[in-house]
Amino acid sequence: MEFFGPVLDGFNVVLDPTNLLYCLLGVVVGMLIGVLPGLGPAATIAILLPMTYGVEPVTAIIMLAGIFYGAQYGGTITSVLLRLPGEASSVVTVFDGYVMAKQGRAGAALGIAAIGSFFGATVSIIGLTFLAPLVASFALDFGPPEYTALAMLGILLVATISGGTKIKAIIAAAVGLFLATIGRDGFTGAERFTFGNLSLADGIDFVPIAMGLFGLGEILYNLEERHRAATAPVKVSNVWPKGKDIKEASGAIGRGSVLGFFLGILPGGGATIASLASYAMEKKTAKDPSRFGRGAIEGVAGPESANNAAATSSFIPLLTLGIPANATMAIIFGALLIQGITPGPQLINDDPQLFWGVVNSMYIGNILLLIMSIPLIGVFVKILRVRAAILAPITALITMLGAYTIRNSMFDVLLVVLFGAIGYLMKKFGFEPGPLVLAFVLGSLLESNLRRSLLVLEGDPTGFFTRPISATLLVLFVFVAIWPVIKSAIDKRKTSSTTSAVVADKQKENA
Amino acid sequence: MKLIDAKHSRQDSKEQATSAQPAEQVQEAEALTPDELAAQWEAEAAEPAGPIANLLSSLVVLGLSIAGMVLSVGLGLGTPAAPAAGMWPFVISLIAAVMAVAQIIIGRAGGRDGEKFSAMSWYAAIGFATLILMVVLMPVIGFEIPSLLLCFVWMRWLGGERWRSATIYSILIVAAFYAIFIAALGTTIPRLF
Repeated sequence: MEFFGPVLDGFNVVLDPTNLLYCLLGVVVGMLIGVLPGLGPAATIAILLPMTYGVEPVTAIIMLAGIFYGAQYGGTITSVLLRLPGEASSVVTVFDGYVMAKQGRAGAALGIAAIGSFFGATVSIIGLTFLAPLVASFALDFGPPEYTALAMLGILLVATISGGTKIKAIIAAAVGLFLATIGRDGFTGAERFTFGNLSLADGIDFVPIAMGLFGLGEILYNLEERHRAATAPVKVSNVWPKGKDIKEASGAIGRGSVLGFFLGILPGGGATIASLASYAMEKKTAKDPSRFGRGAIEGVAGPESANNAAATSSFIPLLTLGIPANATMAIIFGALLIQGITPGPQLINDDPQLFWGVVNSMYIGNILLLIMSIPLIGVFVKILRVRAAILAPITALITMLGAYTIRNSMFDVLLVVLFGAIGYLMKKFGFEPGPLVLAFVLGSLLESNLRRSLLVLEGDPTGFFTRPISATLLVLFVFVAIWPVIKSAIDKRKTSSTTSAVVADKQKENA
Repeated sequence: MKLIDAKHSRQDSKEQATSAQPAEQVQEAEALTPDELAAQWEAEAAEPAGPIANLLSSLVVLGLSIAGMVLSVGLGLGTPAAPAAGMWPFVISLIAAVMAVAQIIIGRAGGRDGEKFSAMSWYAAIGFATLILMVVLMPVIGFEIPSLLLCFVWMRWLGGERWRSATIYSILIVAAFYAIFIAALGTTIPRLF
């Protein structure tokens, strides 16, 4: 097949010493923050964005990607050893993983998690390798109407599928879209909402928003929560699962990988949903479901494979369509924009070195993770003893000083602090920051495509529906938008029928 | 019933944590099934923000979106065939305003999202104040002293460290940042030394 050439070239890119080094750095940092409670991969990637300014685009994305899927490994360690999920996607691992640790099988749990994660990620990368060119070639036919519909659908999916109130998530997305309009209008040259401030004339820069909302916002929020001091972790011996364990878990690993791959592609899906779905699936397909919660190895293997597969496959919409699937991908989208690269279907053809360099780095990164995860467990457990009180000012300073280095501007640092406060308040009042960043990043693209579409269609919105792809996407959009209403109507009818059944039963009993 | 059990085990775990005896925690952990564990986490989680917070935040959004609509009209709306600069911001602000009104109505009973402000929330406010102070002071006296102050305040008062360890760690951290950002990377962050 003709695309094998670029794929192999991609390996040349990855094996470049600088890229290898940044890959290693990314996965180690990723594992580290996965272990440490408080900061997640989104926050860390946001905080480290200033680091990407001085390096090649490929190198930057290789590092950021490494942080993302490395964090999925790290979260498992604390789940198993300390019953403290390091990441949201490792919550399910606590149920069986910690019990296995109590039974003296901590090594087996961690080992099978590492193997499952590696397998899940590899399956996902292979899927990506074959699926991505297909999607990209399909999307090359997209015109402005298709892009508008796709961007709208993507934003809506992320707003509705991620946790929290749907309406508030849509509000957050609207705010993000509005923030994107600040500055000079590309079509007419008019200055919008700058109030004469010169620093705003070119629009708000993406990096301070991301660093503030995700980085400082998270840090301020963590000040409020006194984290429990790390209790003595379970001793880990024999960090390799037995042959019997591997055999039992193999089915779960296979199912988890495939499930995770598909759930990760969907915007709004991702590692957390994949791990939950895998756990539920394993429980359903097990011969003896009562084992779950008592140390069933499938309860660790399945979700761990799923969350790594999903983390990897969530790159597909970004790299092939230019639509980020979740908040972390939105930040990586922003990182690419900083480098002057606009992700989209043309990326795979215009810059195959970047595309395949990033994809192939995931193979290498996952191998590195597999090799390092077991030996580093002891190190990470020691690091957990460092009190949060000491880590907090360190991360705050990294954010503040890093923000300054973007443009040597105190205004950027001020923006970061202000958006940090906004991020904190959003969390307190129940607004998700993810949809805001996603909408901000897509905002200018969405608007320009919408206006171009209206120009092409001569102001007739029904023109969107005469084109098959945009029509399908818009129908999906409407469906996803009104689904909560439909769902609550169905639920109400169900409960009323069950309540009437229960009432009828009680009447029969009493009679 | 499960929630009560979870609350009891939470009380137990608190007492055991203060008496620092991991052995008891082992027994308590083994007793928890996934459902009970989930219930325990939920019991330990912060309280939801409540109806007042919902109303307040929705009103703020409503106010801002109406302001947005007004400003957008000022920029000129144009027609669907030839949209002007204000058309798109107007549409977005309108959506936000409608959603805010919807949230006021739907969320009036409270709901389970958000978190109530507690006494611990002052920590975040103090943290924010120190960050603003740093933004103000950094261009004037360099980053070293404001960073030192920030570290110290965060560790000593927000983090509960002792005077000596807070001081030592603060100095070490600022020295490390100096070494990395100034000496090693050669960035031009405002500095005193």
